[in-house]
Amino acid sequence: MAPKARPAPRRKTQPTRGGHPRVGPLTGRLADVPALDIDALIGDRGVRIIVCCGSGGVGKTTTSAALGLRAAEQGRRVVVLTIDPARRLAQSMGLTELDNTPRPVPEVDPAAGGSLDAMMLDMKRTFDDVVEAHATPEKARQIFANPFYQALSSSFAGTQEYMAMEKLGQLHAEALGTGRWDLIVVDTPPSRSALDFLDAPERLSSFLDGRLIRILLAPAKGPARFLSASMAAVTNAVTKVVGGQVLRDVQTFVAAFDTLFGGFRARAEETYRILKDNQTAFVVVASPEADALREAAFFVERLGEEGMPLAGLVLNRVTTSAAPGISARAALAAAERLGDTEPVTAGLLRLHADRLSRTSREQTLCRRFATAHPEVPTATVPALASDVHDLESLRRVSAAMAA
Amino acid sequence: MAPSDNSGRTAVDAPDARGVRLHIVTGKGGTGKTTVAGALALALASGGKRVLLCEVEGRQGVASLFDVAPLPYEERRIAVGPDRGEVFALAVDAEAALLEYLDMFYRLGRAGRLLDRFGVVDFATTIAPGVRDVLLTGKVFEATRRVERGRPVYDAVVLDAPPTGRIGRFLNVNTEVVGVAKVGPIRKQASSIMQLLTSRQTRVHLVTSLEEMPVQEALDSVTELRRMGVPVGNVLVNLVREPELSADDLQLAASRSLDPAHIEAALKEAGVSADPDAIASLVEEGQQHAERVQLEVAQRQHLEEGGAPVVELPYLADGIDLGALYELADELCRSGRI
Ligand SMILES: Nc1ncnc2c1ncn2[C@@H]1O[C@H](COP(=O)(O)OP(=O)(O)O)[C@@H](O)[C@H]1O
Ligand SMILES: Nc1ncnc2c1ncn2[C@@H]1O[C@H](COP(=O)(O)OP(=O)(O)O)[C@@H](O)[C@H]1O
Ligand SMILES: [Mg+2]
Ligand SMILES: [Mg+2]
Repeated sequence: MAPKARPAPRRKTQPTRGGHPRVGPLTGRLADVPALDIDALIGDRGVRIIVCCGSGGVGKTTTSAALGLRAAEQGRRVVVLTIDPARRLAQSMGLTELDNTPRPVPEVDPAAGGSLDAMMLDMKRTFDDVVEAHATPEKARQIFANPFYQALSSSFAGTQEYMAMEKLGQLHAEALGTGRWDLIVVDTPPSRSALDFLDAPERLSSFLDGRLIRILLAPAKGPARFLSASMAAVTNAVTKVVGGQVLRDVQTFVAAFDTLFGGFRARAEETYRILKDNQTAFVVVASPEADALREAAFFVERLGEEGMPLAGLVLNRVTTSAAPGISARAALAAAERLGDTEPVTAGLLRLHADRLSRTSREQTLCRRFATAHPEVPTATVPALASDVHDLESLRRVSAAMAA
Repeated sequence: MAPSDNSGRTAVDAPDARGVRLHIVTGKGGTGKTTVAGALALALASGGKRVLLCEVEGRQGVASLFDVAPLPYEERRIAVGPDRGEVFALAVDAEAALLEYLDMFYRLGRAGRLLDRFGVVDFATTIAPGVRDVLLTGKVFEATRRVERGRPVYDAVVLDAPPTGRIGRFLNVNTEVVGVAKVGPIRKQASSIMQLLTSRQTRVHLVTSLEEMPVQEALDSVTELRRMGVPVGNVLVNLVREPELSADDLQLAASRSLDPAHIEAALKEAGVSADPDAIASLVEEGQQHAERVQLEVAQRQHLEEGGAPVVELPYLADGIDLGALYELADELCRSGRI
C-alpha cells in the first residue's frame, strides 16, 4: 500500500533555492526527484507530530532540532523530544539535565509568535513514572526493588523505543489538554535499524503478554492446572542454571506487573493509532551511504505497509561542490601538472576532484533509492564543515533543508 | 572487579602488547569498528598465526566485510593473513550459545528445546539482566581459552564489540549478574569472564574518527573502562585524511585570504580556464577544508590528552575491500602497537 495521500502534497514543482535557480553540477538534488517542501510541512497546522527516523548517526537528532527550531521561528509552538543529543548541541539548547522536563530553548526568535521547548528522554524515569502512575505505592515499591524490573527499565533492548512512544503519548495528551504546544517533533533512539522504533514496542508488549509470563503467573493465580510435567521440567532446568532465587524474583516481578500489562498494551496501541493518523508526518533521515539508504528504503516500505503517513526523505550530510566547469579529471590532471610549483592551487584542485568523485558516488546511491521509490519527496542538507552544535548552525541546516 | 583507579592508568593498562590474547574493538557506530576489527585480525594473523574474529550483534558485518556468505554459529576460515596466517570468524548468537551451554553442562536435550518453546530462551537472552552478555562474552571467553593438544587453538581472538554507548555494560557482566544470580553456574561463569577481562591478556581498543561525538565517546569509554579495571589498548583513529594544503596555506585558506589572482594565473598555466565564480568556489572549498582540518587538530589533541596511545589509519578513498583491509592491517603492523 502506498503512504496515505495528503490533501496538499508537499512538493515543489520548481526546485529553487531562495528564489534563485539551482546551479552547479550538483546541489545534492536529482532533477527528477520530487522536492520535500519543509516549510509547507511545518506550516501545515494539521500536522501536530513529526517523527524523525533513520539508522544510527545519520542526523536524526540534528534534523529534529533543526525542524523544531524552524517551525518555532515560523510561529508554531513546538516541543522537541530528543533522545541522545550530542553534548554540545544539548547544552546550546539549554538541555543540561536529563530530567524529562520540557524547557524553553534560549535565544529562539519569538517574532513570529512561536516558541520552542526541548527535552531529553530519560528512559528509566519515564518507565518509573508509568509504574508510579498505575500501581499502588506498595506495588510500585515492590516493582522498583525487583532486579528484573531494573534490567527491563534500563537495559532491555527496545525499552528506549517503547518509552519514546510512551513519552510521545504523554506530550500529545498534554498538548491537547493545555494547548501549550501545537507541534511535537520526535527524535528516535539510536538503534541500528530504523524499523526498531516501530517494532520494539510490540516486542516488549508481546513479551510482557507472552506465554512464559502467563505460565509463571499461573501458580500465583490459584489451581495450577497448567502445571504439566513439561512445565516442571522447565522450572527445573531454569533453577539448575540460575538458581531458585531467580525464579522467585521473576515470579514476584511478573505478579506485581500483572495489573500493569493491560495499561501498557492499551497505551501502546493508542500511540500507534496516533502515528497512523494524518496529524502525524514521518520524516526519514539518511546520509548518502549505502547502509543508511538501505535502512531508509526498508523504513519507507514499512510505513507504506502500515499505512503511516510519510512526509519524505531528508538526505543529510550530502557532499556539495560548487565550482562549475572544472571536471574531476581536468582538476586532477591540472594538479599533476602544477605539482610542487603551485602547491596551493594544486591542493585546491585535488580537493575539488575529491569532492566531485564523492558527489558522483553519492548521486549514484541516491539515484538507486529514487528509482525504487520515485514517489518519495526529498530534501537535502549539505555536510557542514563543522559539527552542528549551536542554534546558528541548526538554522543553517534547516534553511538548507527548506531551500 | 579489579582494584579500581579513577584517575590514571590501572596497573594492567600497560603499553606492552605481548601476551595479549583477547582484543576487544569498540567505538561509536559508523566509525569503522567492524572494518578495523577485521584489519586487526589480519594484522595479528601475520607471522603464521591463527586468529578468531567474533561478532556479537547479529549483523553479519564480518561476512559482508570479507565478502563471504553469512556466517552460521560455527567457526569458519574467512581469510589468510600474510605469511600463511589464518583468520577464522564466528558470529556469536546468544540463543544458540545458551542452548549449547545447557547441552554441554546439563545435557538438557529435551528440556532445552522445551525451554525454547516456552519462551525461556527468549526471556533469558533478552530480559534477564546480563545473561545475554554473559552468554556472548562467555563464548568469546571459551574460544580464547580453548586448548587442543596442549596449546591454545587461537593465538588471538578479536571481538567486534558493541559500540561505546553499550560497551561498559557489556563488559561489566559481573556486576550485572550479581544482581540476579547470586549463586549457581551462571554466576561462576561471570566471575571467570571478568577475571580474563581484567587481566593482562585483554585489551580494549577504541575506534574513532576525528569528529567531536566519536572522540568524546571514545574518551568517556577510556575513563569508564579504567574504572572497571579493564585494560585499554590503543585509540585507533580511523578515516584520517591528509590535509591538501600546508599549515601556512591552511591558515590563509581558513580566513579566505588565498589570492584569487594568483590561483587564476596558476590555473591558466595548467591549461584550465576558470571564470571568477569557479575560482571563488575553489577558494570556498579550501576554506571548508581548512575549517575541517582545524577541528581535526583540536580533536586529535583531545585524544592525546586522554592518555591512551593513538594509532592513525588512513581514509581509503576507493572504499573497503579485501585489498583495503590488508592495507589497513599493514598500517597496524607498522605502528608497532599491536
Ligand atoms: N549536515 C551536517 N553537517 C555536519 N555535521 C552534521 C550534519 N548533520 C549532523 N551532523 C553531525 O553528525 C553527528 C551525528 O548527528 P546526530 O544528529 O546526533 O545523529 P543521530 O541522532 O542520527 O545519531 C553530530 O555530531 C552532528 O553534529
Ligand atoms: N579506513 C577507511 N577508509 C574508507 N572507508 C572506511 C574506512 N573504515 C571504514 N570505512 C567505511 O565506513 C563505513 C562504516 O564502517 P564499519 O566498519 O561498518 O563501521 P562500524 O562497524 O563502526 O559501524 C563502511 O562503509 C566502511 O567501508
Ligand atoms: Mg540521535
Ligand atoms: Mg559494525
